[in-house]
Amino acid sequence: MTQPDSTSSTVAPNEEAQFLPTDRLQLLIDALIADDRVVIGPTIEQQAIVYEEISSVDDLPRGWTDVQSPGNYRLEKRDDDTYFGYVVGPHSWKQFLFPPLTVVATADRESADTKWSMQAPQEDPLRYAFLGVRACELAAIAVQDRVFLQGPYVDPVYRARRDAAFIVAVNCTQAASTCFCTSMNTGPKCKSGFDLALTEIDGGFLIECGSEAGAVILKSLETDDAGSRHHDLAENAQQQAVEQISKTLDTGGIRDLLLGNLEHPQWEEVANRCLSCTNCTMVCPTCFCSTVTDVADLSGDHVDRKRQWDSCFNIDFSYMNGGVVRNNVKSRYRQWLTHKLASWHDQFGESGCVGCGRCLTWCPPGIDLTEEVAAIRLHDLRVPPEGSSS
Amino acid sequence: MKSSPETPRRPRLALHKFASCDGCQLSLLSCEDELMAIAGQVEISYFLEATSCIQPGPYEIALVEGSITTPHDKERIQQVRRDAQKVVTIGACATSGGIQSLKNWANHEDFLKCVYARPEFIETLATSTAIADHIPVDFELRGCPINRHQLLEVLVAMINGRMPKIPRHSVCLDCKRRGVVCVEVAQGIPCLGPITQTGCGALCPTYDRGCYGCFGPAAQANCTGLVHTLQDNGATKDTLLPLLRNFNAAAPEFAEQSNALENQEETL
Repeated sequence: MTQPDSTSSTVAPNEEAQFLPTDRLQLLIDALIADDRVVIGPTIEQQAIVYEEISSVDDLPRGWTDVQSPGNYRLEKRDDDTYFGYVVGPHSWKQFLFPPLTVVATADRESADTKWSMQAPQEDPLRYAFLGVRACELAAIAVQDRVFLQGPYVDPVYRARRDAAFIVAVNCTQAASTCFCTSMNTGPKCKSGFDLALTEIDGGFLIECGSEAGAVILKSLETDDAGSRHHDLAENAQQQAVEQISKTLDTGGIRDLLLGNLEHPQWEEVANRCLSCTNCTMVCPTCFCSTVTDVADLSGDHVDRKRQWDSCFNIDFSYMNGGVVRNNVKSRYRQWLTHKLASWHDQFGESGCVGCGRCLTWCPPGIDLTEEVAAIRLHDLRVPPEGSSS
Repeated sequence: MKSSPETPRRPRLALHKFASCDGCQLSLLSCEDELMAIAGQVEISYFLEATSCIQPGPYEIALVEGSITTPHDKERIQQVRRDAQKVVTIGACATSGGIQSLKNWANHEDFLKCVYARPEFIETLATSTAIADHIPVDFELRGCPINRHQLLEVLVAMINGRMPKIPRHSVCLDCKRRGVVCVEVAQGIPCLGPITQTGCGALCPTYDRGCYGCFGPAAQANCTGLVHTLQDNGATKDTLLPLLRNFNAAAPEFAEQSNALENQEETL
């Protein structure tokens, strides 16, 4: 996607959609590699489907699926051999666009008597191709675009990677018990923000094109024209995902609900279970916090300025001159949830949650943010406004 | 900054050993690439494992390895404090009592009889305790063993008169930065990562092992919450008690939780 905005108008799928037989999927990977790209896709590692560099369809988790519930993730063998028959795993595309560790500057001096010279590392941006991006993940990338690219300060690290990235989306054909994208209006169907979008159906893939770059790649593949049968199969498969989504988050007036209940006893209750381990924020595809540290060598003449992922659940994240501002688990959980679902609206004009369910699955005690919001909504402590004008 | 007309004397460094395995001292010697730079920054004045050349105190920086387990050491640590401007304890033994603090839950006389032919010659305390239980300590560096990069940071900080930048967050944060998949969530392996302070760079989970808690409790660790989580996922007392009573058994947060776990089992 060379320009994040350029994909808001998708090519009408019925005119452009093509059919790629299963045994030609390798051609797509080959075409992306031939386009001088590092292809990142799903693969199995450490008993989970993660995103790593791939070069072959054999790297894909063919015939595997993930079974998820709050605090629990297990791989299971499928009774078919689909390539994309899983939902989302512990990784997200965030780690490639916004790397966990970046040296953003270096400083050197000859000796204590000489001046410092500072350099910002100039890197060749990696040309990524992401294979298997789900609708909620496209939404998450759009959220991070707003954070890193559309404010007064553009992040050059994110910019370089984002501009060069080619996105092959995959429509979900199933859902996990932790999915709630339908509540957040982010999925499960991929509508925009991709170069190509696949739907896996019997015998192959329906491919839709979302950009000119996508059209170039699509043209180089040996595809067939998609018939109405292919479209029907794809629609049914996508509908299956919609029907499997059982979790909901009531977003009605959510900003005022949460910010009006900052002293709700539920925050204390959740703090008993929350380990403040940071896992929810790390797996969240939109969480963007980082910390910057200057690391000097022993001589004191060379300094690396390192930016690392950080989390509002890290006690020292709110350390300011003299002490820690959010000095207990309750205040840290409240900060995270109210930012994600409430003050994000003030800051970026939308929700920070895309409904992917990662923070439920990868929370060891299985804290479910939809249940936390529901508990607060059930006993809303706000005083009804006088005169009840609004 | 103007340099003083005289070359300032390098700070003198002492390294004292108490009840320990020497592994943390070795971490200093393992700084092979940086060792010459360290020697240029500090004068290594007392370091028996490295040199028999001993210079008398006082010292600017004293690194202390090991725990207090004998009446003699209980006296000796007082002199270490008197001789040093800054005392930095290094390793799980010095900061929480180490693996040998398991004797705090047993009768040490029984151990003596098992191990020594003539236990009456052995003079030992009933407990193994952290250095900070005996003297004021300026900084405690965790780990079994310590991380040498963190040791260098502490030395640089002490030389420059600032507080060391040693993170206090959980191991989980480092797992996620490395892209390591949570072994507890994905494989049901009991892991102390959520309540353990980082320092190892998430070594064990990277190799599909649960965290053993080598760096002790993270700041404000919710040990009760983790034990409930692991029990809900099927972990038993036989698994959890040795996990909590390990290298940092006597760290207050871990000790309190292991005691609660023991009592919980008795009442069931």
